[in-house]
Amino acid sequence: MSKTLILLGTRKGVFILESDAARRDWQLRGPYCDCWPMNHVIADPASATIYAGGGNEWFGPAVWKSRDLGQSWTHSSEGLKYAEGEEPIKAVWSLAPSAQGLYTGVQPAGLFLSGDDGQSWRQIEGLRNHPTRPKWQPGGAGLILHSLIPHPRDPQHIWVGISAVGVLHTANGGESWEMRNRGTRADFNPEDQRYPEFGQCVHCLVMAPGTPDRLYQQNHCGMYRSENAGAEWESIETGLPSSFGFPAAAHPRDRDTLYLVPLNGDIAGRYVPEAKAAVWRTRDGGKHWQALREGLPQKDVFFGVLRQAMAADRHDPAGIYFGTNSGEVYASADEGESWRCLAQHLPPIASVETLIVS
Amino acid sequence: MPNVAITLTPALTRLFPGCPRQLELEATNVRGLLDALDQRWPGMRDRLSDSMPRIRPHVNIFVDGERSVLETRLRPGASVLIITAISGG
Repeated sequence: MSKTLILLGTRKGVFILESDAARRDWQLRGPYCDCWPMNHVIADPASATIYAGGGNEWFGPAVWKSRDLGQSWTHSSEGLKYAEGEEPIKAVWSLAPSAQGLYTGVQPAGLFLSGDDGQSWRQIEGLRNHPTRPKWQPGGAGLILHSLIPHPRDPQHIWVGISAVGVLHTANGGESWEMRNRGTRADFNPEDQRYPEFGQCVHCLVMAPGTPDRLYQQNHCGMYRSENAGAEWESIETGLPSSFGFPAAAHPRDRDTLYLVPLNGDIAGRYVPEAKAAVWRTRDGGKHWQALREGLPQKDVFFGVLRQAMAADRHDPAGIYFGTNSGEVYASADEGESWRCLAQHLPPIASVETLIVS
Repeated sequence: MPNVAITLTPALTRLFPGCPRQLELEATNVRGLLDALDQRWPGMRDRLSDSMPRIRPHVNIFVDGERSVLETRLRPGASVLIITAISGG
């Protein structure tokens, strides 16, 4: 029987929700990884290996790994470091499997690759050598590389999102990088500097399924779509209750369907608008948006959803999941039409990802 | 090289299965002690020191009752206590 797993990175370790393909009954287990703060927990669907990246205030950054669906774990940070004298790496923020190996993004922003399944790491130095790096400024969570998208077929192409630098793209496997921020706003800048080359506060970057040139971006200042791999961005925020939010989740098969959880604004408390929970869905690439509320709490809701805390599974119909910064997990088994709470009272949830095991 | 007596915090030993809380190793300074620990339990040096390099800000290594740095020398028979500082939330 196949298993469906929801992988949760939280402030106090990794938790896993497990069900079958029907996704009706869920069992929660954890915390794993010695209760380390975990920013991103993913699985490689090819091997079903789970990787968890985070950082511990005492012991620094590491990537944890489980080959038995979370029952046992090892950890390593060999090579996950900058040169002597540079600001040390504080935490791992993003993980992505690829044909080249396992990529990880860290704080302060940098990119590393492991060719031995997370045992050791080497820096992709071209990113840190970008000529603009001395001018990079941190966002509220620090100078973090939180979005990491290897091209699904061409290993030379990678996109990253760094707060508050913006989107960068490499076409040569990481040797050199170009900014990809044209059309995205920086409303926090002086009026005549709202569209800089870099310095935008990208919150979450996702790729449309089967269409690597189409990217979606939830930004601190707006919601955007690109049809040319990030070279230019078009605002798609008309119809949303707010231009501010953190996560975005692409449908597993439909490139035009995307899910968001807009929040009420960066100076308004950063919780769901009108204190009513809703996931917002487009089915036409951002031309129109629909609020999905059935089963979600509609009174006195003051949670937010962090940038990596929403995901879709690959079932048909697709399951959509999000975790809140107040420790609840909500799930829809019907592409967002209806929702229910799977878990509550967990630590603040930083990331949600899924794994289906045959 | 002189032997030193080391006591490790359980917050550390639980990350390295099989690592005892008390042991003796040969080292002439704290940096060498972390190298010796790392040889026995690969990865332990990175848990205790960062890439500056320095002892991690929320880790304390006491040598004969005094807070140390990587360059602190170890006398024969020195007592080394590796503990976590107050941290977290």
